[in-house]
Amino acid sequence: MAEAAFNTAPGPFGTTEWRVPGEFEEASVLCYLHPMKITREQVRHVAALARLELSPQEEERIAGELEAILGYVDKLNELDVTNVAPTSHVFDVGAAFREDEVRNEPAVDELLENAPDRWQGFFRVPKIIE
Amino acid sequence: MNVDPSSLTLAGAALRLSAREFTASELLEACLRRIADTEPRLHAFLTVSEAEARRQAATADERFARGEALSALDGIPIALKDVFLTRGVRTTAASRILENFVPPYDGTAVARLRSRGAVLIGKTNCDEFAMGSSTENSAYGPSFNPWDWSRVPGGSSGGSAVAVAAGQCLAALGTDTGGSIRLPAAYCGIVGFKPTYGRVSRYGIVAYASSLDQVGPFTRDVRDAAILLEALAGHDPRDATSAPVETPGYESLLDRGLDAIRIGVPREYFHEGMQPEVESSVREAIALLESLGASVEIVSLPHAGYAIATYYLIATAEASSNLARYDGIRYGRRAGGAATLVDTYRQSRDQGFGPEVKRRILLGTYALSAGYYDAYYGKAQKARTLVRKDFEDALARCDLLVAPTAPTTAFHLGEKLEDPLSMYLSDVLTISVNLAGLPAVSVPCGVDACGLPIGLQLIGKPFGEATLLSAAYAYERSTHWHEGRPPAAPRSAA
Amino acid sequence: MTFEPVIGLEVHAQLLTRSKLFCACSAEFGAPPNAHTCPVCMAFPGVLPVLNRRAVEFAIRAGLATGSTIAPVSRFARKNYFYPDLPKAYQISMYDAPICLGGEVRFTVDGAERRVRLVRIHLEEDAGKNIHDAHADASLVDLNRAGVPLLEIVSEPELRSPAEAAAYLRALRETLQYLEVCDGNMEEGSLRCDANISIRPTGSDRLGTRAEIKNMNSFRAVERALEHEITRQIEVVSGGGTVVQETRLWDADREVTRSMRSKEFAHDYRYFPEPDLPPLPVSPEWVEEVHRSLPELPADRRARFERDIGLPAYDAEVLTARRDVADYFEAAFARLRNAKALSNWVMESVLRIVREKKLDEQLRIRDWPVTPESLAELVELIENATISGKIAKTVFEEMVATGKSPRAIVADRGLVQVTDEGAISAAVDRVLAAHADKVSEYRAGKDKLFGFFVGQVMRVMAGKANPQVVNELLKKALS
Repeated sequence: MAEAAFNTAPGPFGTTEWRVPGEFEEASVLCYLHPMKITREQVRHVAALARLELSPQEEERIAGELEAILGYVDKLNELDVTNVAPTSHVFDVGAAFREDEVRNEPAVDELLENAPDRWQGFFRVPKIIE
Repeated sequence: MNVDPSSLTLAGAALRLSAREFTASELLEACLRRIADTEPRLHAFLTVSEAEARRQAATADERFARGEALSALDGIPIALKDVFLTRGVRTTAASRILENFVPPYDGTAVARLRSRGAVLIGKTNCDEFAMGSSTENSAYGPSFNPWDWSRVPGGSSGGSAVAVAAGQCLAALGTDTGGSIRLPAAYCGIVGFKPTYGRVSRYGIVAYASSLDQVGPFTRDVRDAAILLEALAGHDPRDATSAPVETPGYESLLDRGLDAIRIGVPREYFHEGMQPEVESSVREAIALLESLGASVEIVSLPHAGYAIATYYLIATAEASSNLARYDGIRYGRRAGGAATLVDTYRQSRDQGFGPEVKRRILLGTYALSAGYYDAYYGKAQKARTLVRKDFEDALARCDLLVAPTAPTTAFHLGEKLEDPLSMYLSDVLTISVNLAGLPAVSVPCGVDACGLPIGLQLIGKPFGEATLLSAAYAYERSTHWHEGRPPAAPRSAA
Repeated sequence: MTFEPVIGLEVHAQLLTRSKLFCACSAEFGAPPNAHTCPVCMAFPGVLPVLNRRAVEFAIRAGLATGSTIAPVSRFARKNYFYPDLPKAYQISMYDAPICLGGEVRFTVDGAERRVRLVRIHLEEDAGKNIHDAHADASLVDLNRAGVPLLEIVSEPELRSPAEAAAYLRALRETLQYLEVCDGNMEEGSLRCDANISIRPTGSDRLGTRAEIKNMNSFRAVERALEHEITRQIEVVSGGGTVVQETRLWDADREVTRSMRSKEFAHDYRYFPEPDLPPLPVSPEWVEEVHRSLPELPADRRARFERDIGLPAYDAEVLTARRDVADYFEAAFARLRNAKALSNWVMESVLRIVREKKLDEQLRIRDWPVTPESLAELVELIENATISGKIAKTVFEEMVATGKSPRAIVADRGLVQVTDEGAISAAVDRVLAAHADKVSEYRAGKDKLFGFFVGQVMRVMAGKANPQVVNELLKKALS
């Protein structure tokens, strides 16, 4: 392959209106707030989604930082992207497959050595109540 | 035999090793001594694998004694940014969350070096999870620019750049997601090469932004970069995004010269706010390229101004997903005493991640979240197409583009830490290249009044590494910048 | 006001590949915890997924069988959420560009044929298992199942009753078994079913609010759960309330659905295209290749059994209900062209043993105690009158118990049927002589005693007399 041609990914992606039957998504708190102003509440919500724990001071600070950054990235709104396809992959490298064969490597013991908490071969976590 | 690693290139050392002028063990010891001397000042390394490296060097010597060198890399001490998984050797990604993580496997790039006899001397410092432009975001403290200890070496692959610039080893590997090889190479006065996306396997590097990350070498000169690229490049069945293309013999193609090479100079890359010496050095370099046979024309990358915004939405979104696996359950740091599962997640991650990582995870999560996808991530993906098209158009008329690597030389430690956004803006000249997946290299092209190195960036067509290398080589052979070495006692804080 | 239910089913089928979807670990069930893992499915730093070609082939097979459109390009996406059985904290699935769109499942319910359309079929990876009751203070995580390939099959909400839902599920399972892409074992979890169910006034065309029902682990559970849920929803609405959109779990012990709402369930999956996997191209040539290799589908096989082999409709239906049973029958039929006799034996005896030994859910003929060849041999022995039908039943039990061939058993136990008229005659004479009174009664008109005489002759002959000959000679002797 000599210098490759560029590939644009076919089709738009990410119409958030579309749902698979059975997928329930709680409406995000963020939906109804002005995107430019980032409140601590929004930061808390996003932090929960990302399983990060922030102190109140961190929340405050990050709200300001995110607001500045999002304010900056808002310049993308200057662009007219109506007929532009999104890029998910820069080049078309063709399909990549694996044949359906079993291989066992590396040794499972070595893999499990890094686990902070194991019990009889399982990973152990605080009790989940369902 | 007194070997001075800072005077050796990889290619030069390979010749001398074959000629038995010195042994691999002697070469290694010289590097280890240099590390011992300079590390207190430079902090390039997080782990120095002394014992392991000595074993490797000894084995290399056995091969040399039999006249059976495995490759040009045999016996050569090479350092690895601490995002490369090395079996049996602690790999931290410069984060607390992987403080004691010892990988059970070698990544592909590492395995390729190993199988060619390279001596893996240690793991270098970087910005935590490769997120940063200065190596100040390392959880283990920054690295220091060997040209001026009060300044940053650039990032995120700062430690690797320092190690090579300071002569602690003969070459190093880094990763480049938004400029993380090229920027430190420019700030440290060495060669830093980012291959086309998909040219080198990503299997076994701690993922930051999956659609942008690439592995590449830091070297003293362009020939060394060609040698390393030959060793690293190639399709990997373990990486579905690696390109099924042949790896040319890059070293043998270096001499093609600049005749009939058309060079484009993007007008958007020369703007206000650029350090005057950077601009003048780069313009001189362009003039030199012209005198060597290239034709030069001005081109335009109209969407250059949107690249940073585009990058910081895409990269952080992918990163927020890639870093979700760090939860302390299967490996890595686990917060003690967490009563519930949710607490386990939140506390382990809170304790384990530094502020810049948290910031990017939050930004990325936000960009993907319900109601915001279209406005942020979705839009950025489309903007990315526009950025790529700019390059496609420009490179339809030119073989290469030329620009500075960074708008300034190395800045002072602490200078940009207060304002994350200003830190992000130092990537302005490198970041578009990752969005377009193109290969690019930074080579030294001058120093400023403070003696700080200036980098010249060459950008090539997709999978056009050979042309990029031969152009860079032609430039290098006509100049002496690559021979520069940091002063023995650099100036400290003013 | 009467209400009608509106039901859609979401089925997850574990694929019968040897290895997982994105790594080379074994996909087999039943190993010790975390034995089938590697850095990829354990989500170590630096790992990348690579797609199992056979899993795609299986998806194409399924799409062909349901008449779906196979997408020329489909795309993987990340579904992000945190749970210990999901090591990457995202599941690689498909979102806006699934591998199959549309299609239908046909099934029969109450004698009528119904068709329900599919929305889509897509590939995704399974999660591991969390175990909550094996340790007092902790939950345990086993990642053997993490990364096993799943096919998700989503129907339109066109099912109109719990019975239809169960019939749809059975038909779908049958198809997947026939294609050998899934073994359809609901108890083991290789086939899972979630339902979306709402109610609306009968005849209305608007959709009511739906609830999602999970944890139905058998066909029966699906019917019971949906019946219960319909009743519940009707009660809610009749009482002036509104149905809440939520996920409810079927509790098989208490036979109720329970809301999961109390759980912290703010699921924003933040789907985005999977950057580590290129788009998946499926060419018309590949589809054609898979099409040519498709096994005969249930309906076609049923028709062939009736038309070409000459079996009655009932037999054809029972024998083709599972592919392995149909294969078994045909293997026996290849050995001995006595379709009806073989069919009877398979339906009555072989399937009974399979149920007794709990081999129902296994797809593998070689694990069944009686091979099709031995069954054919047995029937042949009856056909050529070496043994009687009654003796054959004894022989069969011994075949099951010992695995020996019917010929060997007949030889070892000397069960060869006696057809020698002389010997039988002698036995008949003995019996009639011993029961002279009954002979008189019979001659006087008590016809039922014939059976008694037959039984007695058989006793004398240790069961080995050819029943036809016995009947003939007895008739003659008694007239």
